[in-house]
Amino acid sequence: MTTHWTRKDLLGLRELSADEINFILDTADAFKQVGTREIKKVPSLRGKTLVNFFVEPSTRTRTSFELAALRLSADVINISATTSSLTKGETLKDTARNLEALHADILVLRHGSAGAPQFLANQLKASVINAGDGAHEHPTQALLDLYTIREKRRQIAGLHVAIVGDILFSRVARSNIFGLVKLGARVTLVGPSTLVPREFEKLGVEVSHKVDEVLPKADVVNLLRIQHERQRREYFPGIGEYIRFFGLTKERAKLLKADCLIMHPGPINRGVEIDSEVADGLHSVILNQVTNGLAVRMAVLYLCGGISA
Amino acid sequence: MNTTIIRNGHVIDPANKRDEIADLYIAKGRIAEKSEVRDPNSDVEKIDAKGLIVAPGLIDMHVHLREPGFSHKETIESGARAAAAGGFTTIVCMPNTSPVPDNSSTIAWIKDSAARVACVNVLPAGAISKNLAGEELAPIGSLAKAGVVAITDDGHCIQNHEIMRRAVEYARMVGVPVLDHCQDYSLVGNGVVHEGYWSTLLGLPGWPGAGEEAIVMRNILLAELCDHPIHCQHLTTAGSVRLLREARARGVKISGEICPHHIALTDEAIQNFDTNYKMNPPLRSQTDVDALLDGIADGTLSILCSDHAPHAEFEKEVEFDVAPFGIIGLETELGLFIDLLVHKHAKIDIVRLIEMCTIEPARLLKLDAGTLSPGARADVTLIDPALKWTVSVDQFQSASRNSPFNGWKLKGRAVRTIVGGKTVWKL
Repeated sequence: MTTHWTRKDLLGLRELSADEINFILDTADAFKQVGTREIKKVPSLRGKTLVNFFVEPSTRTRTSFELAALRLSADVINISATTSSLTKGETLKDTARNLEALHADILVLRHGSAGAPQFLANQLKASVINAGDGAHEHPTQALLDLYTIREKRRQIAGLHVAIVGDILFSRVARSNIFGLVKLGARVTLVGPSTLVPREFEKLGVEVSHKVDEVLPKADVVNLLRIQHERQRREYFPGIGEYIRFFGLTKERAKLLKADCLIMHPGPINRGVEIDSEVADGLHSVILNQVTNGLAVRMAVLYLCGGISA
Repeated sequence: MNTTIIRNGHVIDPANKRDEIADLYIAKGRIAEKSEVRDPNSDVEKIDAKGLIVAPGLIDMHVHLREPGFSHKETIESGARAAAAGGFTTIVCMPNTSPVPDNSSTIAWIKDSAARVACVNVLPAGAISKNLAGEELAPIGSLAKAGVVAITDDGHCIQNHEIMRRAVEYARMVGVPVLDHCQDYSLVGNGVVHEGYWSTLLGLPGWPGAGEEAIVMRNILLAELCDHPIHCQHLTTAGSVRLLREARARGVKISGEICPHHIALTDEAIQNFDTNYKMNPPLRSQTDVDALLDGIADGTLSILCSDHAPHAEFEKEVEFDVAPFGIIGLETELGLFIDLLVHKHAKIDIVRLIEMCTIEPARLLKLDAGTLSPGARADVTLIDPALKWTVSVDQFQSASRNSPFNGWKLKGRAVRTIVGGKTVWKL
């Protein structure tokens, strides 16, 4: 069992061991309590500078990282760019050097290109935290999903988790797959054959195109947003047909086990991947995920920030 | 010094079925008979080739020299030096330059420039379509008159089958072969790596093998319909090999070439997002690599080339999906091919390897090159097939450094390159 942390960066869950994942989750337990206190602030990262560098738009994740850093007493600056560094005329390497010149200690990066955080991590002495890179990984989202499952069900090993929706373009799905498989869960990916190619079976998961067969067996259902912005029209015939075959409607929700957890990384398309009533219903732990996200991100910043120091 | 004797070498000249220990004579820039060398004691350059292979100068028919337009990546001069250092005496340069050689004057500029600065023979390929846009035919007849050895839209691929058909029919009239980069744009989309396990794992947009095979099939049908050679560039998939094998058995005028990286590496190499493993077409699966090796062994793939594609460091040091495709290859090509095809996998012998780098491309392009026949221009490559060496990009003659093979230990390389009787490079 890991009792100390050695990584300067958090780039993805694929490279972490089960022990390391559990260590982050245990650390998050301690930070979760901080959020319930009257004074929600600890001095762990006092004097450190965190740069939130979001090359792709995000409100939820950026805010969560910002609040997590503020609660750890770090100084935070936000840089957002609507375009990739290349179209601005600056290479990613130059961007990295500029950030280094600001003496940033921690860089939280959201980027549309898979591998961009790894590229920067190789160049920088600062910690690099991946806040989502293309369709590759979104490790803190998966960690907060794992944390929420563990919190509600005590342990993850042996649980059957269904991830439903657009898997092909989803970094949340990939990070969840790596984390869940390492922690011993059984994972079934569900969605149209165009968005859930069979190739995923080689990652140690099952693939199904029949949501009605999977829902009654699932302990957790993680619904992914149908990402219009990434989609080319030929991937499925339309939202109506998607709802008919895969949407978690009120009727379908009746197939769920009584203690099944419904999760969603947000933002929700109400009436598309999930019906409004189900999103707000008893199974839903969607808002717990948001709260836990803060604790998990505090843990990650604390652990990685301690290494780069 | 007009006369050279290359002594005691292992002369391999596949076009003339020569494979023997012998002396090779060069006089006045041409391969000579012994009787033409009158006084072997005066003013004669003697090269000891004991233990070395004496081969016709090697030909690489797929090279990007980047001039005109992109001289920060490579110039005709530096690219030619890289060719010489790799053992190549003749290279064919691709037309994706700026301006595009879709007109006689750009071809004339390239030829003039090469005549002034290049230490090897540089033969331009012209564009098939105006500005490589795939919409209107370039003046193929005028390009042929200006001296192109082939036409191609390399880097691009004509998607409209009717336009491609007319290009091939027209090229037949003027006698130039058509080279094609096989990529179906609708199937490939924004793909940057082989569609398979690693693209799935890394979330990188996939480039499916079917995107190559669809165009290989199209080219087979058009070569048959037009009865004119179409040469499929840098093939990468098992399906392409299968299609080509069947078509060639029926006598269709279709051929295919292979680059070293497509047999040296698989798509597993992309896992650290290093852009020196990004090229088009992409690195494929082990199944594809095995099929390519079999295709080389049975003659389905008949020509070896580099697809030498220089890019500046700052252009490659960017996000994987926006980085330019391509790697340099002239200075590692021969070493990799000897090491992999002759030594490691033992798929072909050195004679066949030399044939695939000399008379095979010379026949396709109708070049006066690729043999050691008396009277032929004295382009000769001396090869040490057993020399062990380590690739070091810092020693490259190319102006660029974008190679994934830095540090590789290889067995076999060229040790001297002779163009027109003159040594242009020596280890």
